[in-house]
Amino acid sequence: MRFGVVIFPGSNCEQDVVHAAHVLGHEADYVWHGDTDLAGFDAIVLPGGFSYGDYIRCGAVARFSPVMAEVVRFAERGAPVIGICNGFQILAEAHLLPGALLRNQGLKFICKEITVTVEKSACQWMDATPGSLLRLPINHNEGNYICDPETLARMEANGQIVLRYCESDGSRAEGGSAPNGALDDIAGICNERGNVFGLMPHPERVVDPATGHTDGAVVFASIARRLAEVG
Amino acid sequence: MARFQIFVTYKKGIFDPPGATAERALVSLGYDEVSSVKIGKFIQLEVADGTSEERVAEMCGKLLANPVIEDFRIEPVEEA
Repeated sequence: MRFGVVIFPGSNCEQDVVHAAHVLGHEADYVWHGDTDLAGFDAIVLPGGFSYGDYIRCGAVARFSPVMAEVVRFAERGAPVIGICNGFQILAEAHLLPGALLRNQGLKFICKEITVTVEKSACQWMDATPGSLLRLPINHNEGNYICDPETLARMEANGQIVLRYCESDGSRAEGGSAPNGALDDIAGICNERGNVFGLMPHPERVVDPATGHTDGAVVFASIARRLAEVG
Repeated sequence: MARFQIFVTYKKGIFDPPGATAERALVSLGYDEVSSVKIGKFIQLEVADGTSEERVAEMCGKLLANPVIEDFRIEPVEEA
């Protein structure tokens, strides 16, 4: 399959995504933020970084890039879109995913490997046994997910909560296991349909065995398998 | 030229990490009377004469504030 990886001014994880796709035997090409043609791509990736310097709010300006109107159309027809870190913030600003990402509780930029639990969800990008654990790197200053209680209940009921931060043994600490203060330990969510996925951790950085382990590969493998099945 | 001042603040119930940190810092500096600090954004906007407040509100809802987490207040600036 062929991934389209969008580059906004200030993106800095696009090469990691392309490398991860290549490692897994897929094609991947860059898409410039000014482009308006996504023909030929099976899935779109909004990578991490600091699009437009994170001015106003993270993702607030990128959301109005010419390419984003096409990404919205792409997502609305059910094609797969993933936003990683800053990409997640852009998807939230574009209202392709509910809620918002606030500054980390504690005001620290957090860069470390954490553990997440795979929840039972409708997410097309996460074909893994619910309850299994993934070790993934995080690298962000605004990952403190928030939404109103009604939205949280709706997401829970629809299977839109995909990943939750947890302790290394899979348990969840009483005061929350999210290093950034995220509501209900939420690390990743999808839309109702399951084709749009946003997460703060960086799965693309743990795909090549050279970087230690390959816990992130499941994200890209899941969508590739799904697309192969549905044609 | 018309001028507007825009105040963007977190909605009620949305945790404000910088505000909470400033609050703790003030108390630890001995300002025990401090019970709450909320930190928002202040935006000065210059627009063509005759621009309506509704249009400025549209700019706020679309870009300058995120209605999911923020409220905004617009004040026209009277020229001296």
